[in-house]
Amino acid sequence: MAWETVIGLEIHAQLKTRSKIFSAASTAFGAEPNTQASAVDLGLPGVLPVVNKDVVRMAVKFALAIGAQIAKRSVFARKNYFYPDLPKGYQISQMDFPIVGEGAITITLPDGTEKRVGLTRAHLEEDAGKSVHDVFEGATGIDLNRAGTPLLEIVTEPDMRSATEAVAYARYIHSLVQYIDICDGNMQEGSFRCDANVSVRPVGSETLGTRTEVKNVNSFRFLERAIDFEVERQIDILEDGGSIVQETRLYDADKDETRSMRSKEEANDYRYFPDPDLPPLVIDDAFVEAVAKTMPELPAIRRQRFIDEMGISPVDAQALCADKQTANYFEAVLEGQSYAPKLAANWVLGEVFGRMNKEDVALADLPIAAADLGLLIKRVDDGTLSGKLGKQVFDVLWSGDTDVDAIIDARGLKQISDSGAIEAMVDEVIAANPSQLAEYRAGKEKLLSFFVGAVMKASKGKANPAQLNKMLQEKLKG
Amino acid sequence: MALTPDKLSAIAHLARLGVEPEDLAPLAADLSSVLVLVEQLQAIDTEAVEPMAHPASASLWLRDDEVTETDQRDTLQAPAPETQDGYFLVPRVIE
Amino acid sequence: MHDKTLAQQAAMLQNSRISSAELVAHYLERIDRYNPALNAYLQVDAEGAQAAASQADQARAAGNTGPLTGIPIAHKDIFCTKGIATTCGSKILENFKAPYNATVVDKLSDAGMVMLGKANMDEFAMGSSNENSYFGPVANPWQQDRVPGGSSGGSAALVAAQLASAATGTDTGGSIRQPAAFCGITGIKPTYGRVSRYGMIAFASSLDQGGPMARTAEDCALLLQAMSGHDVRDSTSSTTAVPDFSAELEAELSGLRIGLPTEYFGEGLDADIASHVQAALQELEKAGATLKSISLPNQQHCIPAYYVLAPAEASSNLSRFDGVRFGYRCKNPQNLEDLYTRTRGEGFGKEVKRRILIGTYALSEGYYDAYYLKAQKVRQLVSNDFSEAFKDVDVIAGPTTPTTAFKRDEKHGDPTSMYLNDLFTVSANLSGLPGISAPCGFSGGLPIGLQLVAPAYQEARLLNIAHRYQQLTDWHVQTPSGFE
Repeated sequence: MAWETVIGLEIHAQLKTRSKIFSAASTAFGAEPNTQASAVDLGLPGVLPVVNKDVVRMAVKFALAIGAQIAKRSVFARKNYFYPDLPKGYQISQMDFPIVGEGAITITLPDGTEKRVGLTRAHLEEDAGKSVHDVFEGATGIDLNRAGTPLLEIVTEPDMRSATEAVAYARYIHSLVQYIDICDGNMQEGSFRCDANVSVRPVGSETLGTRTEVKNVNSFRFLERAIDFEVERQIDILEDGGSIVQETRLYDADKDETRSMRSKEEANDYRYFPDPDLPPLVIDDAFVEAVAKTMPELPAIRRQRFIDEMGISPVDAQALCADKQTANYFEAVLEGQSYAPKLAANWVLGEVFGRMNKEDVALADLPIAAADLGLLIKRVDDGTLSGKLGKQVFDVLWSGDTDVDAIIDARGLKQISDSGAIEAMVDEVIAANPSQLAEYRAGKEKLLSFFVGAVMKASKGKANPAQLNKMLQEKLKG
Repeated sequence: MALTPDKLSAIAHLARLGVEPEDLAPLAADLSSVLVLVEQLQAIDTEAVEPMAHPASASLWLRDDEVTETDQRDTLQAPAPETQDGYFLVPRVIE
Repeated sequence: MHDKTLAQQAAMLQNSRISSAELVAHYLERIDRYNPALNAYLQVDAEGAQAAASQADQARAAGNTGPLTGIPIAHKDIFCTKGIATTCGSKILENFKAPYNATVVDKLSDAGMVMLGKANMDEFAMGSSNENSYFGPVANPWQQDRVPGGSSGGSAALVAAQLASAATGTDTGGSIRQPAAFCGITGIKPTYGRVSRYGMIAFASSLDQGGPMARTAEDCALLLQAMSGHDVRDSTSSTTAVPDFSAELEAELSGLRIGLPTEYFGEGLDADIASHVQAALQELEKAGATLKSISLPNQQHCIPAYYVLAPAEASSNLSRFDGVRFGYRCKNPQNLEDLYTRTRGEGFGKEVKRRILIGTYALSEGYYDAYYLKAQKVRQLVSNDFSEAFKDVDVIAGPTTPTTAFKRDEKHGDPTSMYLNDLFTVSANLSGLPGISAPCGFSGGLPIGLQLVAPAYQEARLLNIAHRYQQLTDWHVQTPSGFE
């Protein structure tokens, strides 16, 4: 029996506003328990929710980035259930009328192929607080600092067919929300949470199998493993003739398995209804336009611009645009320069990235200013420096020096491009190596590199390679 | 539409409302009579009618993103039955 | 001084004929004497009141006064007050000290009013007789074996017994107007959104409104002025400008078109009530108004719709009462479930439990469409009825209640019979429109209320009509015997 995996993802992205969605308490991570929980967050009697404008802006920004529909009128609804980290006994969310409607994105899978993932909706809701179970004797402690933090829940159609696709999608959204500056993407702190709805069905079947929801994955690696485990588990059950129970399952990273989560979720009837404390959210064109003006150039568009206007290769463009800061750095390097952008790409992706990886330095901590690198590349391009000596200057810049020209002068690194000087050195070397000359003239053409090396040594690496090469070939021919 | 004690029990659980076993039947009877009262809604033609969830037709007022609520833990926890080290305490929950 | 209206007392204070300290001391003494029999006050804050009175007198001496400076008021115990407990008439909040004041409390305090204490009420505002209070029923001062109405029964009784110059109340299905009618005082439920609900413990969020209860429309106008206005802490509060409610009190009634719904004056209406209401309408006619028969076709559906929607919203609003962060907690909870079910089972009274259960049922899977959604649609129909009617008339009039105050225990065990008290009042809540009740007579020694409903934000119109009526009649200045 051949099985097809069907996956839909629900991502909860914590929006990086300063204050919460319904209260003016801080959203900062790591505060002492309940020091960032206002009366509204605690659900005390008589308090009421008031919506944060920036939360709405961020949701609209997301919709613009995805190209999804923006609901001109959306409604907050109450999701009712009892749990101590949910102080009001209901979560304010959105049900029938979410702020973001349908959309679709195309992602590039690791193997290079493209995959379209449909978005069903994205809606706003508040986060719950936190429970600590093993600190107090016989009791659970409740911290409501997180209660009321704004979340954007992004829901896909069940369009993904493998854990790989699911992870690629999740990574894409993870990049995107950081790129447009609505979420800090910190999975360790819980700012970006992925839940997977997983089901299987016989290949060729049109109907969906019973799905389970897998929660508690806080890394992409775990997401992949959790899905893989769940798919196998379901297939095993079905092949044994059993049926899948629709339930929520938690991923256990230590045991690399999912297990059923019974306590919280016994087929809850959430009794959704429009929250009477919040009139409908109406968004007009002016609001959307104002948000659109704050949008950064999106990765896909920037990538295409690099390819079309700068002659960067698609692979290099992808690498440069994977991270907004990298792309910014790259463009800063090019600022005011007129040489081919490709050169800068090579330097950034080659030397800079190489050093960053080798010494575990983040781009934010890069010791070489973009302008300095830009000038260095110019000096190589205009012949002042040979490529090889350029790398030497790079090293000096890396260790803290900033004046490219001063470094070149101080160390006498200027490339020798004077044809007379080169000719003199070439003549000397040829004269000093008659047997190699003879062998070369007899047909051993790879000895060219011997002569090149010898002149380079004599010139302390400063001979202009192109000129040297040309002159040697002429002179060696005789 | 009569509400059976069993159904009432299920509803009470949804609402986390403790109902003594001896109260189930009388309460179910009480509620059934209320349901009879509201049953007449079924006969009304509401085919082309939009539901009215909010009486005022005004749209939502939005607040600027500013932190104006500072730490008031002591004041806000004063009414709490049980707290420790800044946490609210409930009986141990097994997840 | 207690028999004077608030407006008269304000004039006396302004003319230094009395001081706020004297007025407060006078009321405190009366409360001591009369409250035990009425049980209208749940708490009296003598110290706080004396301090506030003294402050008001000082302010007056310095020339800083407004129309309400130094006037004593009682707050329905649904409004959060920082200094003293806010119980909502419930065991579950018996000792709850709110860390904040309700906006209404702050506004009236900023206007210089002096809080005497908190008024008894039906638990969580659910009731029409104040028999659902954990702290015992309230007696109607006119006949003490009768109910004062509810849920603002304490507020109505204490104003009628002249134990404060005025009181605040709340109205979700008639809880200001019906007790005002039963107790022979004036009470107004403003347009939904006119008065902030912040700090006003929620029963049914889309229906609740706070409002003043006093002896005259003129008094209510002064109070409503101070209570009204947009509040950034309440997303349902309106930004519509607040007019000067007192400025239009004296306007002539000529040209006023009063609509009389045939559905209000049907055969079942008590004859005495009908005749007194008719007499009141004739007074208004003499003053220049014209009467016109109209129809509110969905009137009979109001009670069923209300008794789906209000409990539904309440069932959700009351979920926060769980013994975790405030309020009553059951002893020795064995586990989380036990904590919830026993706290709520022991903490809530019978009527509250009934409504939570009905509400939960109406929202539950499989029933949402038939009950909740259906009721919201009927609500729209009710609102449409008023819109239609107001094309032809300026206000709609009728009796506030189908009966006068009934005896204690008469309806207590029969919920649906109790619900029918709200027959004429719930429609204003469902449609969000303002409604006022003013006394228009007595039947068997018990007060009768005349109700007027106006289009949205036209409270001034209602106060004007009631005021003009009160200039032509004296029902509103009667004092129940024994309370002179």
